[in-house]
Amino acid sequence: MSADAAVNTGKRRFLIGATSVVGGIGVIGVAIPFVASLSPSEAARAAGAPVEIDISKIESGMMITVAWRGKPIFVVNRTDAMLATLPKMDSRVADPKSEVPHQPEYCKNENRSSKPNLWVGIGICTHLGCTPTFRPEVAPADLGPDWLGGFFCPCHQSKYDLAGRVFKGVPAPTNLYVPPYRYASDTRVVVGEDPKQA
Amino acid sequence: MSKFMTWVDERFPLTALWESQWGKYIAPKNFNFWYFFGSLAAFILVLQIVTGIWLAMDYKPDAAKAFGSIEYIMRDVHWGWLIRYMHSTGASMFFVVVYLHMFRGLIYGSYRKPRELTWLFGCVIYLALMAEAFFGYLLPWGQMSYWGAQVIVNLFSTIPGIGEGLAVWIRGDYTISDVTLNRFFAFHVAALPLVLVALVVMHLMALHETGSNNPDGVEIKKQPKDPKTGLPLDGIYSHPYYTVKDIVGVIGFLIVFSAIVFFLPNMGGFFLEANNFIPADPLKTPQEIAPVWYFTPYYAMLRAVPSFLETQVWGVIVMACAVLIFFALPWLDRAPVKSIRYRGRLYKGFLIAFIVSFLILGYLGTVPVTVWGQFADAFPFHGADRATVVSRVLTVVYFAFFLLMPWYSVRDKTRPQPDRVRWP
Amino acid sequence: MKKLAMIACAVLAFAGFAAHAQEAGLRMAPAPDNRLDVASLQRGARDFVNYCLTCHSAQYMRYNRLADIGLTPGQITGNLMFATSKIGDTMTVAMREDDAKAWFGAPPPDLSVEARVRGRDWLYNYLLGFYRDDKSATGWNNLVFPNVGMPNVLWQLSGTGKRIEREFDDEGSAEAAAIAVKGLAMVEPTKDHKYMMVSIGPDTPGTMTRTQYEAFVGDLVNYLDYMSEPVRDERIHLGIIVLAFLGVLFALAYALKRDYWKALH
Repeated sequence: MSADAAVNTGKRRFLIGATSVVGGIGVIGVAIPFVASLSPSEAARAAGAPVEIDISKIESGMMITVAWRGKPIFVVNRTDAMLATLPKMDSRVADPKSEVPHQPEYCKNENRSSKPNLWVGIGICTHLGCTPTFRPEVAPADLGPDWLGGFFCPCHQSKYDLAGRVFKGVPAPTNLYVPPYRYASDTRVVVGEDPKQA
Repeated sequence: MSKFMTWVDERFPLTALWESQWGKYIAPKNFNFWYFFGSLAAFILVLQIVTGIWLAMDYKPDAAKAFGSIEYIMRDVHWGWLIRYMHSTGASMFFVVVYLHMFRGLIYGSYRKPRELTWLFGCVIYLALMAEAFFGYLLPWGQMSYWGAQVIVNLFSTIPGIGEGLAVWIRGDYTISDVTLNRFFAFHVAALPLVLVALVVMHLMALHETGSNNPDGVEIKKQPKDPKTGLPLDGIYSHPYYTVKDIVGVIGFLIVFSAIVFFLPNMGGFFLEANNFIPADPLKTPQEIAPVWYFTPYYAMLRAVPSFLETQVWGVIVMACAVLIFFALPWLDRAPVKSIRYRGRLYKGFLIAFIVSFLILGYLGTVPVTVWGQFADAFPFHGADRATVVSRVLTVVYFAFFLLMPWYSVRDKTRPQPDRVRWP
Repeated sequence: MKKLAMIACAVLAFAGFAAHAQEAGLRMAPAPDNRLDVASLQRGARDFVNYCLTCHSAQYMRYNRLADIGLTPGQITGNLMFATSKIGDTMTVAMREDDAKAWFGAPPPDLSVEARVRGRDWLYNYLLGFYRDDKSATGWNNLVFPNVGMPNVLWQLSGTGKRIEREFDDEGSAEAAAIAVKGLAMVEPTKDHKYMMVSIGPDTPGTMTRTQYEAFVGDLVNYLDYMSEPVRDERIHLGIIVLAFLGVLFALAYALKRDYWKALH
């Protein structure tokens, strides 16, 4: 043990620095696969892949529910009379202009849809995650004479109109989400994919 | 920084712990190549725990799903293949490193007084590691997993009287089944890792109490102190000297390890066996059942011992003794020196015979007993498998190394052990 | 880089050989070495879904994974998917397990990892090893896998083969005859201490010539081998990078160790 004085500090410092930096890169390189492996697997991605729906079979004024990424997707074929109710609701809903970005840009409009009649939305109440029921009838006994049709959440009585816009003064804070979707043809809709750029 | 450390040290002996276990731990300066394998074993333990946690996130301990969940990891989980190959390669490399670490202890007499407890803790680690590997090997639920577990659990059923009941109790069923898989999973991912970590801590604490042995067997604690440094003449601090040296060892190991993981993950059928890519089938035994390579020396002994008095238990006893006899080593060796460097030809001869028989037994355990054919009818062994006869001879040699040690270690012509280590 | 990958592949092939040591007496032809031939893999994938996937599943292989071998989603959905409409699905079959058991004695094994069990050469020779055998239940037998439950489903392509036996007095000349076959052949001792050389000869022709059929089987085996470990090429490429990186790190760490230790006397 001796000759510590003879240490070339410049060289020593360089070697410590270089080894630490390269070793650190190595540690990060090893960490990447471990972190990345926690993201959804190919099986989850396949299950979460876009789903194609045949909309020609939905009768006028009716709704079907399909699953996409484990969530219920509401697809409503609204009648013209139903669409006519929407402007009347503007004063009763919390976010009539859909300012909260719960829909793709191409659905930020009066009907919250890309083609007026067909509405696609995620059937999960924005309050605590229950699935609302579809109540298209006008002025039913339990919902009162003002009801013009919409979605009603049985858990905490949140109400949405036929475009999924939330009423004022109910527990749910925001409108129902609209997932990305596109028309593959006039009768087929792909949920989970934005429209292809023209 | 130092203010922060003072704050911590007043509440938790962090600095004291670091200094006693590594930072100011005084080690002999003449560690050679063989001294890399202790730190490497610790490194692999960490590697196995981390990759194991990640695998457990996607593995399903269910007889109907286990095999598929491994392929799910290999294909669908991002980087799952890498993590799985690291774990499977790590398992085999753990044994490579541990065997080399044990060999080091053997040749330099690291088990001798005052390090008996370090050696005994090490032997228990070896046992726990074998159990850990055995439980883990069932999890892929392939044909080799299934039938390997079947054979090993059946060893217990050879114990007269209680054997059958014991085997059923271990399996939790009348055959290896979903129940067995589930409990082996619990042992593999929770119980044995805890035991292993605790044992490694005890192994290291015992070592750091007595101080390390070295290739010359010199006790540096008994040396006079260097007046300038206050350290034993041949002692240095672990940090930074062995820190930087062990880092080189770890990177060297990683080069070998990566070469296997990326280019030869099957390792020619030794690390991942071809038949284990067939899902377990309780109704169809594969033609050849051999355990994984790290158990094969003992498996060869098991097969070599004939059954008599209407029981096969003798082979199991021999196999168990072959592992347990390592515990007795500190009391079998009576040589005046520790290291092979100062031992005579007698010891070296026995050691070479022991290593050679361990390796040949290891090879014979991987192949069918018919591998070398039969002796001709005229020969005294008329018609016996050559490999079986050789295995019997080598089993005797294996035990002779231990059981004759009290005799030959004293008779051996040793050279006097020096006061200072050989350096450089 | 490509060259290194080729070398690594060769090493792998050797390891594969070691892992699947062949049965005594059986002399197999080596499978064509076309691991990096993307066109061959694509042909193999097409033939696999057309001929194998009717009975054998590959339940761990996803269709969209075929992008690995240069197929576009359009090609996969348009040309390769018959059993399902979702590209993320795995390659399952419609055949029910109990039907399969009744027809073949055992359900046809899943082929996802079959190449890791058998190896390329075995699969190649197995598919070339069928011959007519009136004594067996299916009317077929196989030189590589005697009394196999699977019939020669590809006979319309390959034509039918027949078992040819030639007896020799000593093992050496039987071996020499087996080598002269330049393909699959077997030498086995007979009861009267002679040696039988068994090979397969053409019986009736199929729609493909022998050379075409061998290439067809070669592509199929190549695909099966790829499918058993789709990540293999990626693994080898990454391995080269990792080893190069570790080489640099080793040099630095070693220099650092030297720098500390040179002060010790």
